[in-house]
Amino acid sequence: MVPFDLSMIWAVIIAFGIIMYVLMDGFDLGVGILFPFAPDEQARDVMMNSVAPVWDGNETWLVLGGAGLLAAFPLVYSVLLPAMYIGVFLLLAGLIFRGVAFEFRFKANTSRYLWNWAFAGGSIVASFAQGAVVGAYIQGFNTEGLVYVGGPLDWLTPFTVLTGLGLLAGYALLGCTWLIMKSEGYIQDWAYKLAPKLLAAVLLVFVAISVWTPWVDPSAYARWFSSIGLIWIFPLLAGLCALQIFRSLRKRREAMPFMATMGLFVFTYLGLLVTKWPYIIPPNHTIWDAASAPESQLFLLLGLLFVIPIVLTYTAWTYWVFRGKVRAGEGYH
Amino acid sequence: MELDPLFLSRLQFAFVVCFHAIFPVFTIGLASFIAFLEGMSFRTGDPTWERLSKFWIQVFAVVFGMGVVSGIVMAFQFGTNWSNFSYAASNFLGPVLSYEVITAFFLEAAFLGVLLFGRDKVPQGVHLFAACMVALGTFISSFWILSANSWMQTPVGTELRDGMIHVASWSEALFSPSFPYRFMHMALASFLTGAFVVAGVSAWYLLRQREVELNRKALSVSLWMILLIAPAQAVVGDYHGLNTLEHQPTKVAAMEGNWQRGSGVPLLLFAWPDQQAQTNHFEIAIPKLASFILTHDWEGELPGIAEVPYAEQPPVWIVFWSFRVMVGIGLLMIAFGLTGLLLRRSGRYWQTPWFLNGLRWMSITPFLAVLAGWVVTEAGRAPWLIYGVMTHAEGLTPSLTGGMALFTLIGYILVYAVVFSAGLYYLMRVLQDGLEEDLSAEATHEVERASRPLSATHVRLEQGEH
Repeated sequence: MVPFDLSMIWAVIIAFGIIMYVLMDGFDLGVGILFPFAPDEQARDVMMNSVAPVWDGNETWLVLGGAGLLAAFPLVYSVLLPAMYIGVFLLLAGLIFRGVAFEFRFKANTSRYLWNWAFAGGSIVASFAQGAVVGAYIQGFNTEGLVYVGGPLDWLTPFTVLTGLGLLAGYALLGCTWLIMKSEGYIQDWAYKLAPKLLAAVLLVFVAISVWTPWVDPSAYARWFSSIGLIWIFPLLAGLCALQIFRSLRKRREAMPFMATMGLFVFTYLGLLVTKWPYIIPPNHTIWDAASAPESQLFLLLGLLFVIPIVLTYTAWTYWVFRGKVRAGEGYH
Repeated sequence: MELDPLFLSRLQFAFVVCFHAIFPVFTIGLASFIAFLEGMSFRTGDPTWERLSKFWIQVFAVVFGMGVVSGIVMAFQFGTNWSNFSYAASNFLGPVLSYEVITAFFLEAAFLGVLLFGRDKVPQGVHLFAACMVALGTFISSFWILSANSWMQTPVGTELRDGMIHVASWSEALFSPSFPYRFMHMALASFLTGAFVVAGVSAWYLLRQREVELNRKALSVSLWMILLIAPAQAVVGDYHGLNTLEHQPTKVAAMEGNWQRGSGVPLLLFAWPDQQAQTNHFEIAIPKLASFILTHDWEGELPGIAEVPYAEQPPVWIVFWSFRVMVGIGLLMIAFGLTGLLLRRSGRYWQTPWFLNGLRWMSITPFLAVLAGWVVTEAGRAPWLIYGVMTHAEGLTPSLTGGMALFTLIGYILVYAVVFSAGLYYLMRVLQDGLEEDLSAEATHEVERASRPLSATHVRLEQGEH
């Protein structure tokens, strides 16, 4: 009916949506993770103000991820969410608390410290849960036919705890380098000092995960070592990005650390995708098994091609409106 | 006792969707009101409009924030608890929900940032444009979500093949028979909600003699809205009922508490439906009125609940009483609209304490009416998840246990209890601070603004305010 492979196109779109979400909500979750360690309350104001106008749009990419999966690969939606049932609840509870903290914290006086904790705690729990999802995806899901048949806590293993911590560290690094770009003075100094430590933590955990992965997922081993090929370009590029972060931090560059951290994320992510391709619900289901009807994929695709460029344009415009440094004391509303 | 994952999931869904629904229904109306205020401010240059807008934007921000976070939960509820349903209906629901995200959510989110934080950073016209885009986003969003819901109520344009829904005609499925009525009914409900909240808050300020001129303006605008829309809502509701009679007769029978098919059916003012005995107790009724309302004929024939087997009947007393709550509130709203008009003739609508006090109490009623209305339509189609196609039991997640469902149910109740009480508390604070921005509200923010940079645009605006 359709002369090209819609599932393939959709896999690219969903992959793009997920990395958009990871990069964009990643830095504002990261800002939340760093919240308890901020030098003082004024720094927290700046940190929060730096993401307040855009967090809502960033989280919309997550909703698009959920709805887009339902539209294009419904099997993922109906296997992954039941499998991660408890984890999804934690993720959502975390997002709720950090989301309302934006509004409530600025209106609070004596209870402000509570919303500091809600913002930090919510960000940490949500980030950890997302990292655990990545780990669970590497592990694979226990399915029979098209239905998840595993237990409620299959997703929680030492390996997924490690991936959870890994993403936590990664988001913290994104948030830290974002702050370098958006702040100045003593707040920026603090972020400059923190960033190398976070980078070291990220690299440590990423290497540990990479070494562990072949034991968790034998097919990864086969893919990595059967023919030494193109796949090794991604860890290599990720490593170069890490080096670039380190160098730009030493030179006290402002935007480059953030850009290079995004690069680190992108190449790690691409490496993961290539390792798992074409399985979207490992170990049994490929993107074609999980696809919805072609007419549904096409119906949404047509709208998407038209609307997403507009979305990207006005999203970019809002970032442009709020460009530049966020200064201490810049008010809310 | 065995924990029933089906019952617990239904309870959980009812809870999270009711909790979520109160926010958008308010923000849809309020967003339009803010766009109106910004528009008046832009056209007249009269600073009072801008002050009103600034105040209501603060309220909007708190409510919208809670709406967003509770909405994210909704996007995942379908999959966690109703995975069989999600999978079977994905070919239709997936694209519809995705279109909601890309055409509405992004629009709202991006321009909300500019609306909340951008007053000093963009020209006034652009700020007005942002307000309009946020308002537009709320309507686009309700279009898609109500289209999805209407299709579940009156599924057309789709066919079931090998357990999967396949879309045969997108236009038929998107504009299913109940959609136009549901959309109009909901849009008017949102306007009424916004109007009654604005009226109630303004009345409260007027009773305390605070910012009388501004609040009189807001009260006047909202009273005109109520006068026009409350009766219109009754008419639309009537048509919606006729549509339901055509497509979901059992639901209408439950709304009327009518067990056996018959003609000249009375309108029950009070009754205690007894599902076990398939009859009502303690009926107080107006003869033949239900037939007349629903068929426009005193002897018209109406369906009965007992026409379908016991297992396919909705829970009658819930539907029956929710419907009466909704209609009762609707009539009260019309009465307040008319009273406002009468008092306006003597010009004392903003100085009549009993009327203002009444409006204060009325500000909570649209939320009750909306929730009651949704309970009617959702519980009224039970046991069907997709009407006539799939039941609630068939749609449930197979791997879900009662324990898991109970865990998240309690979890959501706890989380929402904290969020809701905090939200209410801060809303009350915003209302206490009031519109006297230059004095009290500014003072509380003084700490944050201590070292505010003296950017040129900002100084000009600040001076404009004083």
